[in-house]
Amino acid sequence: MRTRELSRLRMRSSKADLFLTFAKIGLFTFGGGYAMLPLIEKEAVDNKKWITESELLDVVAIAESTPGPIAINAATFIGKKVGGFAGAVCATTGVVLPSFVIIVAVSFFLEAFQHLTIIKYAFWGIRAGVLALILKALWSLFQKSSKDILTYLLMAVSGVAVLFFNVNAIIIIAFCAVVGIVAFSVRGNRK
Amino acid sequence: MIYLELFLTFFKIGLFTFGGGYAMLPLIREEVILHGWASSEDLIDFIAVSESTPGPFAVNIATFIGRSTAGIPGAFCATLGVVLPSFIVILIVSKLYDKFMKSKKVQGAMSGVKPAVIGLIAAALISLGKQVFFPDGYYVSTSTLISIIIFIAIAILAFKKKNPILLIAMSAFAGIVAGYAFGL
Repeated sequence: MRTRELSRLRMRSSKADLFLTFAKIGLFTFGGGYAMLPLIEKEAVDNKKWITESELLDVVAIAESTPGPIAINAATFIGKKVGGFAGAVCATTGVVLPSFVIIVAVSFFLEAFQHLTIIKYAFWGIRAGVLALILKALWSLFQKSSKDILTYLLMAVSGVAVLFFNVNAIIIIAFCAVVGIVAFSVRGNRK
Repeated sequence: MIYLELFLTFFKIGLFTFGGGYAMLPLIREEVILHGWASSEDLIDFIAVSESTPGPFAVNIATFIGRSTAGIPGAFCATLGVVLPSFIVILIVSKLYDKFMKSKKVQGAMSGVKPAVIGLIAAALISLGKQVFFPDGYYVSTSTLISIIIFIAIAILAFKKKNPILLIAMSAFAGIVAGYAFGL
Protein backbone atom coordinates (compact mmCIF):
# COMPACT_ATOMS: atom_id res chain seq x y z
CA MET A 1 0.00 0.00 0.00
CA ARG A 2 2.63 2.39 1.13
CA THR A 3 5.06 1.53 -1.68
CA ARG A 4 2.31 1.89 -4.24
CA GLU A 5 1.50 5.34 -2.97
CA LEU A 6 5.16 6.22 -3.01
CA SER A 7 5.62 5.07 -6.58
CA ARG A 8 2.52 6.96 -7.64
CA LEU A 9 3.93 10.05 -5.98
CA ARG A 10 7.22 9.51 -7.78
CA MET A 11 5.45 9.16 -11.12
CA ARG A 12 3.65 12.43 -10.53
CA SER A 13 6.81 14.26 -9.55
CA SER A 14 8.67 12.84 -12.56
CA LYS A 15 6.03 14.43 -14.79
CA ALA A 16 6.41 17.82 -13.15
CA ASP A 17 10.16 17.34 -13.46
CA LEU A 18 9.86 16.56 -17.17
CA PHE A 19 7.75 19.64 -17.72
CA LEU A 20 10.08 21.96 -15.80
CA THR A 21 13.30 20.57 -17.26
CA PHE A 22 12.07 20.88 -20.83
CA ALA A 23 10.64 24.34 -20.13
CA LYS A 24 14.16 25.31 -19.06
CA ILE A 25 15.61 23.78 -22.23
CA GLY A 26 13.03 25.63 -24.35
CA LEU A 27 13.70 28.91 -22.56
CA PHE A 28 17.46 28.91 -22.92
CA THR A 29 17.94 27.74 -26.48
CA PHE A 30 18.18 30.32 -29.20
CA GLY A 31 18.03 29.31 -32.82
CA GLY A 32 16.49 25.91 -32.06
CA GLY A 33 17.54 22.65 -33.66
CA TYR A 34 21.04 21.49 -32.95
CA ALA A 35 21.66 24.41 -30.63
CA MET A 36 19.44 22.53 -28.17
CA LEU A 37 21.48 19.36 -28.07
CA PRO A 38 24.17 20.40 -25.58
CA LEU A 39 21.51 21.53 -23.12
CA ILE A 40 19.44 18.37 -23.56
CA GLU A 41 22.61 16.36 -23.05
CA LYS A 42 23.45 18.18 -19.83
CA GLU A 43 19.93 17.96 -18.37
CA ALA A 44 18.55 14.64 -19.61
CA VAL A 45 21.77 12.60 -19.75
CA ASP A 46 24.10 14.03 -17.08
CA ASN A 47 21.75 15.50 -14.46
CA LYS A 48 18.55 13.45 -14.57
CA LYS A 49 19.94 10.30 -16.19
CA TRP A 50 16.69 9.86 -18.14
CA ILE A 51 18.53 8.52 -21.18
CA THR A 52 22.08 7.43 -21.98
CA GLU A 53 24.50 9.18 -24.31
CA SER A 54 23.97 6.58 -27.03
CA GLU A 55 20.19 6.86 -26.71
CA LEU A 56 20.53 10.60 -27.28
CA LEU A 57 22.39 9.88 -30.51
CA ASP A 58 19.52 7.59 -31.49
CA VAL A 59 17.07 10.40 -30.77
CA VAL A 60 19.06 12.69 -33.09
CA ALA A 61 19.09 10.05 -35.84
CA ILE A 62 15.35 9.50 -35.45
CA ALA A 63 14.69 13.23 -35.40
CA GLU A 64 16.53 13.57 -38.70
CA SER A 65 14.38 10.89 -40.33
CA THR A 66 11.01 11.99 -38.97
CA PRO A 67 9.10 15.18 -39.60
CA GLY A 68 9.16 18.13 -37.24
CA PRO A 69 11.65 20.12 -35.22
CA ILE A 70 14.35 18.21 -33.39
CA ALA A 71 13.46 19.82 -30.05
CA ILE A 72 9.90 18.46 -30.21
CA ASN A 73 11.11 15.04 -31.33
CA ALA A 74 13.61 14.80 -28.47
CA ALA A 75 11.14 16.04 -25.83
CA THR A 76 8.45 13.59 -26.93
CA PHE A 77 10.91 10.68 -27.07
CA ILE A 78 12.45 11.29 -23.64
CA GLY A 79 9.07 12.12 -22.04
CA LYS A 80 7.56 8.89 -23.38
CA LYS A 81 10.47 6.84 -22.07
CA VAL A 82 10.38 8.36 -18.57
CA GLY A 83 6.65 8.82 -18.01
CA GLY A 84 4.67 7.13 -20.79
CA PHE A 85 2.11 9.07 -22.80
CA ALA A 86 1.49 11.63 -20.03
CA GLY A 87 5.25 12.10 -19.72
CA ALA A 88 5.48 12.78 -23.47
CA VAL A 89 2.72 15.38 -23.17
CA CYS A 90 4.45 17.09 -20.20
CA ALA A 91 7.89 17.23 -21.83
CA THR A 92 6.56 18.45 -25.19
CA THR A 93 4.33 21.09 -23.58
CA GLY A 94 7.30 22.18 -21.51
CA VAL A 95 9.61 22.69 -24.46
CA VAL A 96 6.97 24.61 -26.45
CA LEU A 97 5.49 26.85 -23.74
CA PRO A 98 8.35 29.36 -23.24
CA SER A 99 8.61 30.27 -26.92
CA PHE A 100 4.81 30.40 -27.20
CA VAL A 101 4.53 32.93 -24.38
CA ILE A 102 7.52 34.98 -25.52
CA ILE A 103 6.40 35.15 -29.16
CA VAL A 104 2.87 36.19 -28.23
CA ALA A 105 4.35 39.01 -26.14
CA VAL A 106 6.79 40.02 -28.91
CA SER A 107 4.04 40.07 -31.54
CA PHE A 108 1.98 42.55 -29.49
CA PHE A 109 5.09 44.66 -28.98
CA LEU A 110 5.92 44.68 -32.70
CA GLU A 111 2.37 45.59 -33.65
CA ALA A 112 2.56 48.61 -31.38
CA PHE A 113 5.91 49.86 -32.70
CA GLN A 114 6.23 48.70 -36.29
CA HIS A 115 4.94 51.97 -37.77
CA LEU A 116 7.87 53.92 -36.28
CA THR A 117 10.48 54.97 -38.84
CA ILE A 118 13.38 53.70 -36.75
CA ILE A 119 11.80 50.23 -36.46
CA LYS A 120 11.11 50.20 -40.20
CA TYR A 121 14.76 50.99 -40.94
CA ALA A 122 15.91 48.36 -38.45
CA PHE A 123 13.85 45.66 -40.13
CA TRP A 124 14.97 46.80 -43.54
CA GLY A 125 18.56 46.14 -42.46
CA ILE A 126 17.61 42.93 -40.69
CA ARG A 127 16.08 41.47 -43.86
CA ALA A 128 19.42 41.57 -45.67
CA GLY A 129 21.12 40.09 -42.60
CA VAL A 130 18.62 37.25 -42.31
CA LEU A 131 19.22 36.31 -45.95
CA ALA A 132 22.91 35.97 -45.06
CA LEU A 133 22.01 33.69 -42.12
CA ILE A 134 19.89 31.50 -44.40
CA LEU A 135 22.77 31.32 -46.89
CA LYS A 136 25.07 30.14 -44.09
CA ALA A 137 22.55 27.49 -42.95
CA LEU A 138 22.13 26.33 -46.54
CA TRP A 139 25.90 25.99 -46.94
CA SER A 140 26.20 23.91 -43.73
CA LEU A 141 23.44 21.57 -44.93
CA PHE A 142 25.10 21.27 -48.33
CA GLN A 143 28.44 20.37 -46.78
CA LYS A 144 26.82 17.65 -44.66
CA SER A 145 25.00 16.05 -47.61
CA SER A 146 26.40 13.04 -49.43
CA LYS A 147 28.55 13.74 -52.46
CA ASP A 148 27.11 11.77 -55.35
CA ILE A 149 25.49 12.57 -58.66
CA LEU A 150 21.97 11.56 -57.61
CA THR A 151 22.09 13.90 -54.60
CA TYR A 152 23.20 16.85 -56.74
CA LEU A 153 20.61 15.99 -59.37
CA LEU A 154 17.76 15.91 -56.82
CA MET A 155 18.90 19.25 -55.37
CA ALA A 156 18.89 20.86 -58.83
CA VAL A 157 15.55 19.32 -59.86
CA SER A 158 13.85 20.42 -56.61
CA GLY A 159 15.17 23.96 -56.84
CA VAL A 160 14.28 24.41 -60.50
CA ALA A 161 10.84 22.80 -60.09
CA VAL A 162 9.77 25.20 -57.35
CA LEU A 163 11.49 28.29 -58.75
CA PHE A 164 10.50 28.08 -62.42
CA PHE A 165 7.51 25.74 -62.50
CA ASN A 166 5.85 26.56 -59.16
CA VAL A 167 5.59 22.91 -58.19
CA ASN A 168 4.24 22.34 -54.68
CA ALA A 169 6.98 21.64 -52.10
CA ILE A 170 5.14 18.60 -50.69
CA ILE A 171 4.98 16.99 -54.14
CA ILE A 172 8.72 17.57 -54.61
CA ILE A 173 9.55 16.04 -51.20
CA ALA A 174 7.33 13.01 -51.87
CA PHE A 175 8.80 12.56 -55.36
CA CYS A 176 12.40 12.72 -54.09
CA ALA A 177 11.58 10.26 -51.29
CA VAL A 178 10.33 7.76 -53.87
CA VAL A 179 13.40 8.29 -56.08
CA GLY A 180 15.56 7.74 -52.99
CA ILE A 181 13.81 4.48 -52.09
CA VAL A 182 14.15 3.14 -55.65
CA ALA A 183 17.80 4.19 -55.95
CA PHE A 184 18.61 2.71 -52.55
CA SER A 185 17.10 -0.69 -53.39
CA VAL A 186 18.73 -0.77 -56.83
CA ARG A 187 22.11 0.03 -55.30
CA GLY A 188 21.56 -2.57 -52.55
CA ASN A 189 20.71 -5.31 -55.07
CA ARG A 190 23.75 -4.58 -57.16
CA LYS A 191 26.08 -5.21 -54.21
CA MET B 1 -13.21 28.69 -39.97
CA ILE B 2 -9.89 30.42 -39.39
CA TYR B 3 -8.83 28.36 -36.33
CA LEU B 4 -9.32 25.05 -38.11
CA GLU B 5 -7.56 26.42 -41.20
CA LEU B 6 -4.56 27.52 -39.11
CA PHE B 7 -4.44 24.16 -37.36
CA LEU B 8 -4.66 22.12 -40.56
CA THR B 9 -2.19 24.28 -42.49
CA PHE B 10 0.44 24.09 -39.76
CA PHE B 11 -0.26 20.38 -39.28
CA LYS B 12 0.60 19.93 -42.96
CA ILE B 13 3.73 22.04 -42.56
CA GLY B 14 4.79 20.01 -39.51
CA LEU B 15 4.13 16.73 -41.26
CA PHE B 16 6.20 17.46 -44.34
CA THR B 17 9.19 19.19 -42.81
CA PHE B 18 12.20 17.02 -42.26
CA GLY B 19 15.23 18.34 -40.41
CA GLY B 20 13.45 21.28 -38.78
CA GLY B 21 14.73 24.84 -38.76
CA TYR B 22 15.16 26.47 -42.15
CA ALA B 23 13.95 23.28 -43.84
CA MET B 24 10.49 24.57 -42.90
CA LEU B 25 10.96 27.79 -44.79
CA PRO B 26 9.91 26.73 -48.32
CA LEU B 27 6.68 25.13 -47.13
CA ILE B 28 5.82 27.94 -44.73
CA ARG B 29 6.46 30.46 -47.49
CA GLU B 30 4.20 28.64 -49.92
CA GLU B 31 1.33 28.14 -47.47
CA VAL B 32 1.43 31.43 -45.61
CA ILE B 33 1.60 33.57 -48.74
CA LEU B 34 -1.04 31.44 -50.45
CA HIS B 35 -3.42 32.04 -47.54
CA GLY B 36 -2.55 35.74 -47.49
CA TRP B 37 -1.51 35.52 -43.82
CA ALA B 38 1.78 37.35 -44.42
CA SER B 39 3.91 38.84 -47.18
CA SER B 40 7.46 37.80 -48.06
CA GLU B 41 8.80 40.77 -46.11
CA ASP B 42 6.70 39.85 -43.06
CA LEU B 43 8.06 36.34 -43.27
CA ILE B 44 11.68 37.53 -43.24
CA ASP B 45 10.87 39.77 -40.26
CA PHE B 46 9.39 36.73 -38.48
CA ILE B 47 12.61 34.81 -39.15
CA ALA B 48 14.63 37.58 -37.54
CA VAL B 49 12.34 37.62 -34.50
CA SER B 50 12.50 33.85 -34.28
CA GLU B 51 16.30 33.83 -34.40
CA SER B 52 16.43 36.36 -31.58
CA THR B 53 13.99 34.58 -29.26
CA PRO B 54 14.35 31.20 -27.58
CA GLY B 55 12.76 27.99 -28.80
CA PRO B 56 12.47 26.05 -32.03
CA PHE B 57 11.95 28.03 -35.23
CA ALA B 58 8.84 26.06 -36.21
CA VAL B 59 7.06 26.80 -32.94
CA ASN B 60 8.02 30.47 -33.03
CA ILE B 61 6.80 31.03 -36.55
CA ALA B 62 3.55 29.10 -36.00
CA THR B 63 2.83 31.11 -32.85
CA PHE B 64 3.67 34.40 -34.56
CA ILE B 65 1.55 33.83 -37.66
CA GLY B 66 -1.31 32.33 -35.64
CA ARG B 67 -1.29 35.34 -33.30
CA SER B 68 -1.17 37.96 -36.04
CA THR B 69 -3.92 36.20 -38.01
CA ALA B 70 -6.40 35.23 -35.29
CA GLY B 71 -5.20 36.36 -31.86
CA ILE B 72 -4.09 34.10 -29.02
CA PRO B 73 -6.52 31.27 -29.87
CA GLY B 74 -5.08 31.40 -33.40
CA ALA B 75 -1.56 31.16 -31.99
CA PHE B 76 -2.63 28.13 -29.95
CA CYS B 77 -4.19 26.34 -32.95
CA ALA B 78 -1.22 26.97 -35.26
CA THR B 79 1.30 25.86 -32.62
CA LEU B 80 -0.67 22.74 -31.75
CA GLY B 81 -0.88 21.95 -35.46
CA VAL B 82 2.86 22.25 -36.10
CA VAL B 83 3.80 20.19 -33.01
CA LEU B 84 1.27 17.37 -33.31
CA PRO B 85 2.72 15.47 -36.32
CA SER B 86 6.17 15.02 -34.76
CA PHE B 87 4.58 14.16 -31.41
CA ILE B 88 2.47 11.39 -32.96
CA VAL B 89 5.24 10.05 -35.19
CA ILE B 90 7.73 9.86 -32.30
CA LEU B 91 5.22 8.04 -30.09
CA ILE B 92 4.83 5.44 -32.83
CA VAL B 93 8.52 5.22 -33.74
CA SER B 94 9.84 5.09 -30.15
CA LYS B 95 8.43 1.57 -29.77
CA LEU B 96 10.11 0.09 -32.81
CA TYR B 97 13.01 2.38 -33.39
CA ASP B 98 15.64 -0.23 -34.15
CA LYS B 99 13.47 -1.55 -36.93
CA PHE B 100 12.70 1.97 -38.11
CA MET B 101 16.32 3.09 -38.26
CA LYS B 102 17.47 -0.09 -40.06
CA SER B 103 14.62 -0.04 -42.56
CA LYS B 104 15.92 0.25 -46.12
CA LYS B 105 12.83 2.23 -47.09
CA VAL B 106 13.44 4.86 -44.41
CA GLN B 107 17.12 5.16 -45.32
CA GLY B 108 16.30 5.35 -49.01
CA ALA B 109 13.54 7.92 -48.53
CA MET B 110 15.83 10.11 -46.42
CA SER B 111 18.58 9.92 -49.05
CA GLY B 112 16.06 11.52 -51.41
CA VAL B 113 14.42 13.96 -49.00
CA LYS B 114 17.66 15.57 -47.78
CA PRO B 115 18.78 16.88 -51.19
CA ALA B 116 15.18 17.95 -51.93
CA VAL B 117 15.18 20.08 -48.79
CA ILE B 118 18.46 21.73 -49.81
CA GLY B 119 17.09 22.52 -53.29
CA LEU B 120 13.91 23.94 -51.75
CA ILE B 121 15.78 26.17 -49.30
CA ALA B 122 17.98 27.44 -52.13
CA ALA B 123 14.88 28.28 -54.16
CA ALA B 124 13.28 30.04 -51.18
CA LEU B 125 16.47 32.04 -50.63
CA ILE B 126 16.50 33.18 -54.25
CA SER B 127 12.87 34.33 -54.24
CA LEU B 128 13.26 36.07 -50.88
CA GLY B 129 16.43 37.73 -52.18
CA LYS B 130 14.57 39.01 -55.21
CA GLN B 131 11.98 40.57 -52.89
CA VAL B 132 14.52 42.13 -50.51
CA PHE B 133 17.04 43.47 -53.03
CA PHE B 134 14.69 44.36 -55.90
CA PRO B 135 11.28 45.17 -54.39
CA ASP B 136 10.23 47.39 -57.31
CA GLY B 137 11.63 45.51 -60.29
CA TYR B 138 15.14 45.13 -61.61
CA TYR B 139 16.79 48.47 -61.31
CA VAL B 140 19.60 49.25 -58.92
CA SER B 141 18.62 51.92 -56.42
CA THR B 142 20.61 53.20 -53.44
CA SER B 143 18.57 50.94 -51.17
CA THR B 144 19.43 47.92 -53.35
CA LEU B 145 23.14 48.69 -53.10
CA ILE B 146 23.07 49.16 -49.33
CA SER B 147 21.03 45.97 -48.86
CA ILE B 148 23.59 44.03 -50.85
CA ILE B 149 26.47 45.53 -48.85
CA ILE B 150 24.78 44.59 -45.55
CA PHE B 151 24.08 41.10 -46.95
CA ILE B 152 27.72 40.52 -47.94
CA ALA B 153 29.13 41.89 -44.67
CA ILE B 154 26.80 39.78 -42.53
CA ALA B 155 27.42 36.71 -44.72
CA ILE B 156 31.18 37.01 -44.15
CA LEU B 157 30.63 37.25 -40.38
CA ALA B 158 28.11 34.38 -40.45
CA PHE B 159 30.64 32.14 -42.17
CA LYS B 160 33.09 33.07 -39.41
CA LYS B 161 30.51 31.54 -37.03
CA LYS B 162 29.60 34.73 -35.21
CA ASN B 163 26.51 34.58 -33.00
CA PRO B 164 23.32 35.00 -35.11
CA ILE B 165 21.66 37.26 -32.53
CA LEU B 166 24.65 39.60 -32.67
CA LEU B 167 24.49 39.58 -36.47
CA ILE B 168 20.79 40.48 -36.44
CA ALA B 169 21.51 43.33 -34.03
CA MET B 170 24.30 44.53 -36.32
CA SER B 171 22.11 44.46 -39.43
CA ALA B 172 19.36 46.34 -37.56
CA PHE B 173 21.92 48.99 -36.59
CA ALA B 174 23.23 49.20 -40.16
CA GLY B 175 19.66 49.56 -41.43
CA ILE B 176 18.92 52.42 -39.02
CA VAL B 177 22.15 54.27 -39.82
CA ALA B 178 21.80 53.86 -43.59
CA GLY B 179 18.09 54.63 -43.47
CA TYR B 180 18.56 58.02 -41.78
CA ALA B 181 21.81 58.85 -43.62
CA PHE B 182 20.31 58.35 -47.07
CA GLY B 183 16.72 59.26 -46.20
CA LEU B 184 15.40 56.02 -47.70
